[in-house]
Amino acid sequence: MSKAFIPTPAKPGVITANDLREGHNVWMCDDGWTVDPAQATLFEDEAIAELAMLKAIGQSDRVVGPYIVEARRGPNGPEPAHFREAFRQKGPSNYFHGIQSDKTQAANV
Amino acid sequence: MFDVRPVETDYVRHRAAQFRAQVARRLDGSLTEEEFRPLRLMNGVYLQLHAYMLRVAIPYGTISPDQMRMLAHLAATYDKGYGHWTTRQNIQFNWPRLVDIPDMLDELASVGMHAIQTSGNTIRNVTTDAFAGAASDEVADPRPYAELLRSWSTDHAEFQFLPRKFKIAISGGARDRALVAAHDIGLRLVEKDGKTGFEVWVGGGLGRTPMLGQVIRDFLPEQDLLPYIEAIIATYNLSGRRDNKYKARIKITVSERGLDVFKAETEEEFQHRRRDFHGADREALAIFKDRFTAPAFRNAPFAGYEAERQANPAFRSWTDTNLHAHRVDGYASVIVTFKAPGATPGDASADQMRLLADLAERYGHNDLRIMHDQNVALPHVHKSDLPSLYLALREAGLATANAGLTSDIIACPGMDYCTLATARSIPIAQEIAEHFRAVGLEDEIGNLNIRISGCINACGHHHLGHIGILGLDRAGVENYQITLGGDGYDIPAIGQRAGAGFPAEEVVPAIDRLLRAYLEVREDASERFLDAYRRLGPAPFKAALYPETTDA
Repeated sequence: MSKAFIPTPAKPGVITANDLREGHNVWMCDDGWTVDPAQATLFEDEAIAELAMLKAIGQSDRVVGPYIVEARRGPNGPEPAHFREAFRQKGPSNYFHGIQSDKTQAANV
Repeated sequence: MFDVRPVETDYVRHRAAQFRAQVARRLDGSLTEEEFRPLRLMNGVYLQLHAYMLRVAIPYGTISPDQMRMLAHLAATYDKGYGHWTTRQNIQFNWPRLVDIPDMLDELASVGMHAIQTSGNTIRNVTTDAFAGAASDEVADPRPYAELLRSWSTDHAEFQFLPRKFKIAISGGARDRALVAAHDIGLRLVEKDGKTGFEVWVGGGLGRTPMLGQVIRDFLPEQDLLPYIEAIIATYNLSGRRDNKYKARIKITVSERGLDVFKAETEEEFQHRRRDFHGADREALAIFKDRFTAPAFRNAPFAGYEAERQANPAFRSWTDTNLHAHRVDGYASVIVTFKAPGATPGDASADQMRLLADLAERYGHNDLRIMHDQNVALPHVHKSDLPSLYLALREAGLATANAGLTSDIIACPGMDYCTLATARSIPIAQEIAEHFRAVGLEDEIGNLNIRISGCINACGHHHLGHIGILGLDRAGVENYQITLGGDGYDIPAIGQRAGAGFPAEEVVPAIDRLLRAYLEVREDASERFLDAYRRLGPAPFKAALYPETTDA
C-alpha cells in the first residue's frame, strides 16, 4: 500500500478512494470526485496534497478510505505508476467488469 | 436434510435488521467509517479493490436447493451474475453496493442464511469433508458435530474479540479431506473401544508463517467436545498475543509457549469448564444427529450406468475422475468442478447455481456441498442417474472431467479483486489449465494439486499444493514463487520454496518443464507427482525449474 506516499514534482500523486454507497473507485478532481482517473487532480506539492487529503477525509459521507498514491503524467491525464492502481483503474482481468465496462457503457449512451 | 430452526431464522432476521440500521446510520453520517468498519466486518462486508464484497456463510459447505437458488437470485439481482466459492466452503459476491446489502441479508434470512462471523476475529465457518454422510471410509458423520460447533460459536459472547480469526475443521473419514492439520483446531473423528471421539489437533495454519498443527489430545470423548474446545479457545484468548497482528494466531501461541505448556493450561481450564456444561450440549447434539439422518436411498439396478461407461468414452472419463466412493452400494458422490480450462476457479454463474439446485432435487436427494477446493459436490447420486446427470451438466459446461487433475486448481481472487493481494492469481490458473489441456498432458500427469495465492496470507493454500504458486510484488512487477511437495491430505506437509521467483509470463513454461521432468523420472503412471517428489527429493525438479543455473 502507498498510503504514506508524499508527492513531489518528480513523483506526483493522485488521491483515490471508494464511493461510500456504491463501492466503486473514485479519484479526487478539481470539482469533487470522478470515476475517470484521467480527470484526477495531479498533486506535486506535499502541503497542497495534505490539505486535499484532509478535505477527502472530511468527505466521509461520500467516500471511504482515501489515500494518495503515485501517478505519472500522461498525454491524457494522470496514469497509474503501479500495477495495483492500473487494475483499480481498469477492472479485473478475468471479466470485462468494473471501470473498463462502465466506460464502454457510458460511451454507448 | 438440514433444517433451519425457526428460532435461528428469527435471530438471523434480527441481525439483518440490525445491520440495516447500522448502514443507515453510516449513510446519514451518524457513524464514521472507523465506527462502521467493525460492524460491517461482523456481517461479512469487506471493501475490496473495485467494490464491496459480501461473504455469505455456508455452514460446513452444506446447502439445500432452495438456498442455492437464493444465491443465484442474489448473483443475478445484486451482483454481476455470478458468485465465487471460497476455500472455507463459503460464497463471495464481488460487486454488491453497500446500499443493497441490507436487502441481500434480508433475502438470505428468508432461507436461514447469513453472513455472520464470515469475517472478524471470531470463530469462522466450521469446515468439513464435502462427502460427509456419504463417504465409504467414514468413521462417523461430522456434520452434527460441525452444527454443534456452529450453533455454540455463533455470537458466543466470550469469543467475539479473539486475538485473531479462528478456524475449525472436522473430518469424519479415515482419509482426512478437511485439512485438519492446517487449522487452528482440527478434529478427526475416531473410534476407540467402541466409543466415538476426536483426535484433537491444535496450532495449524497457513498464512505468512505456515505451520502444521500438533495433536493435543489423542482421544477426546464426544461428550467432552464443547467444553474442551471452549477450554482451548479460552486459553488462547488469554495467552494469545495482541501486540502484533502477525503473531496473534494460535499457531504462534502454541509454538512460542510450547505444546506442553499450552496443553497443561488447556487441561486445567477444561476441568473448570466441564463443570459448567450440564448436558444441554449433549441434548443439542442428539437433536442434530436426528436432523442429519441419511436420505431414503434407493435399491435399484444400475446396469445402464456400466453400459454407458462402455459406450461413451467422455462419460467414462468423467466417471473416472469426478466420482467419489459412496458408502451405499449403487451410489456415488459426484464432483462438479468449476475449473473448466479458461474459467475462473470457483466462479459459478446464477444459471449454473439454479441448474445445480434442480439437479440436486432430481438426482441428488436435495443435497449439495460446497467443497473447500472451490468445486461443488452432489453427495448422493444413484449410479443409474449418472448418465442423465452427466448430460445435463455437459450442456451447461459443468462436466469437465478434471477433479484432482492439473487444471483443478485452487486459486484465491488475487489482485483481480482482493485489496490485500500483491499479484494476480486467476490469470495464472487460467493459463496453466489452458496450457495443459492444449498440450494434452493432463490425463498422463494424473493426480496433481496446484494451489495459487496472490499474497502471503495464503487464501489459495499454496503451501499445501503439490505445486504451490505465490504471487508477489517485486519492485513493481508481478512475480511468482514456486513451492514443491506440499500436501493437505494423506501426509500433511508444507511445500518448500524451490528457488527464485518467475515473472508472470514464465510461470507456465516453468510448470511445463517441471511436469515434463516428472513424467521422465516417475516409476510408472501410478506414482503421482507428489510421490515422485518424496522419493527423489527436490533436486531433479529444481533442475527442471532452473535449467540455466544447473547448466552453469
